[in-house]
Amino acid sequence: MKKNKKQGAASLWQYYAMLVPGVILTFIFSYIPLYGIIIAFEKYNVGMGFSSPWAGLENFRYLFSQPTFTRTIWNTLFIAVWKLALGVIVPVTVAVLLNEMISDRLKRIYQTLIYIPNFLSWVIMAGVLMDILGSDGAINGILNALGLQSVNFLGSAKVFPWTMIFSDVWKGFGYGTVVYLAALTGIDVSLYESAKLDGATRWQQIKSITIPLLMPTIILMTVLSLGNVLNAGFDQIYNLYSPAVWETGDVIDTYVYRLGIQQAQYSVGAAVGLFKSVVSAILVVTSYVLADKLAGYRIL
Amino acid sequence: MEKKKYSVFDIILAIGLGILCVTCVLPFVHLLAVSFSSSSAVAAGKVGFIPVEFTAASYEYVISGGRFLRAMAISVERVILGTSLNIVLMVLTAYPLAKADLPGRGFLSGFFVVTMLISGGMIPTYLLVSGLGLKDTIWSLILPGALPVYNMIILMNFIRGLPHELEEAAWVDGASPFQTLIHVILPLLGPSLATVGLFSIVGHWNDWFAGMIYMSEPLNYPLQTYLQTLLVDFEQLLQSDSSANIMEILSKMNARTGRAAQLFLGALPIMCVYPFLQRYFTKGLTLGSVKG
Repeated sequence: MKKNKKQGAASLWQYYAMLVPGVILTFIFSYIPLYGIIIAFEKYNVGMGFSSPWAGLENFRYLFSQPTFTRTIWNTLFIAVWKLALGVIVPVTVAVLLNEMISDRLKRIYQTLIYIPNFLSWVIMAGVLMDILGSDGAINGILNALGLQSVNFLGSAKVFPWTMIFSDVWKGFGYGTVVYLAALTGIDVSLYESAKLDGATRWQQIKSITIPLLMPTIILMTVLSLGNVLNAGFDQIYNLYSPAVWETGDVIDTYVYRLGIQQAQYSVGAAVGLFKSVVSAILVVTSYVLADKLAGYRIL
Repeated sequence: MEKKKYSVFDIILAIGLGILCVTCVLPFVHLLAVSFSSSSAVAAGKVGFIPVEFTAASYEYVISGGRFLRAMAISVERVILGTSLNIVLMVLTAYPLAKADLPGRGFLSGFFVVTMLISGGMIPTYLLVSGLGLKDTIWSLILPGALPVYNMIILMNFIRGLPHELEEAAWVDGASPFQTLIHVILPLLGPSLATVGLFSIVGHWNDWFAGMIYMSEPLNYPLQTYLQTLLVDFEQLLQSDSSANIMEILSKMNARTGRAAQLFLGALPIMCVYPFLQRYFTKGLTLGSVKG
């Protein structure tokens, strides 16, 4: 491209002028907070801000001596890993099955229905879940009608993590299904036709055509979600948990919020945040490298 | 397409998937039914998917109270201001970065991409926004996310895919980069701007957390933050309400029907833009990926 020659280098400054507002706002709201992480190594003092007295690793030492904090790491990993795993398996299964459907119209209607919940906020979803999962809610009504015992979905520490996992998969599987379906529409129909001529059953077609051709997308989506291993879903859990389920349901983000913002222990809160950011950044970079290597995906 | 025969497998598949898909909307139908039912019918567990003892008392309460409408107005203001700012900044940033031969482009892209990988986290951001004196203003909800980097990259990839001839023709006519952007590029951005614009609208409308930490006065909560408080304290709010006709309304509604009505109204705008979202969603996905 020789556009600069044609256009004249004299107007090049205008491109940089366009970038100025974005650069300034990004600098203020992304880079200054990044510098602000320094308070994780300080004893935060409101008057002195980000240049408070130095405390070294004191905040981290305090943090890791708290059983309530180490507990949140395991809770986070448990909930997040299950969400990641089911968040791949369920949409792939549904997409493959939807792809097997003959009626295109029905397929479109189904697609429309399954990803409505994806666009609603967790506040709305939490309200809906509290209503249907409560002791007098619709789900327990159905369980009782079937002669089963009521389940305390939101108040029992044993059940709570599973409620989080399944309701998150339920809210989000439509998104993944649409991604996989988009990938499936790219598959050459003649592959299926020749398989049929060879007498392949539907199951054999799925196993040896659909799944292998879907593999790059599956790898890509899995790898890209790895950065979320420490994100168990703040919006969801904060709106549905209660002290009764902290033992299994308190995750890193809800802990940071209670400690850092509600109790104003800014330095300790920032220390947790830093711990999480470092682990997530390593995972994100690793997963982007993996996505490039395994599936040839590049973001830029 | 040839006509195909339906086998037993096809029918089981269609029914099975149908049940799965219906579970995605049934809870909302139930919510709607609860919101239009009388409190006694709801308490007796008689409400399924059709309102029982139909009444609009819950909606009357919501509209007459004023809190809901005020919160909604704040959310609308936020969506309009926030989305406009998002779009202006995304276009202004994406266009220069789409120029492969712009000196310093690599560094500048890196500057933005890094912010997707690492962030200061909740606490330093909160302290910064407070320190800038933005707390209790609408700007605390808008400025921290003014440039959504991921969506900007989607837009940038789209601009890169546009034919270069149009731009070059404008340059021959002596158009400056700003003029080219406004008169040549912007009119071509329709579908991709719709995609990222809708993402912005949904993001601003659905966000409740910023409102909760930056607004110290509950009267200034945007809608989703206000709804969040209802999940916890609506019973108390109802009991402490002392408006004139409250007794009459409360004979027909309770916390559960009132909450259902407000949740439904909070979800309604998303349902209204949903058909557009759906149309552009897949497009946005393919735009964002596999561009070298």
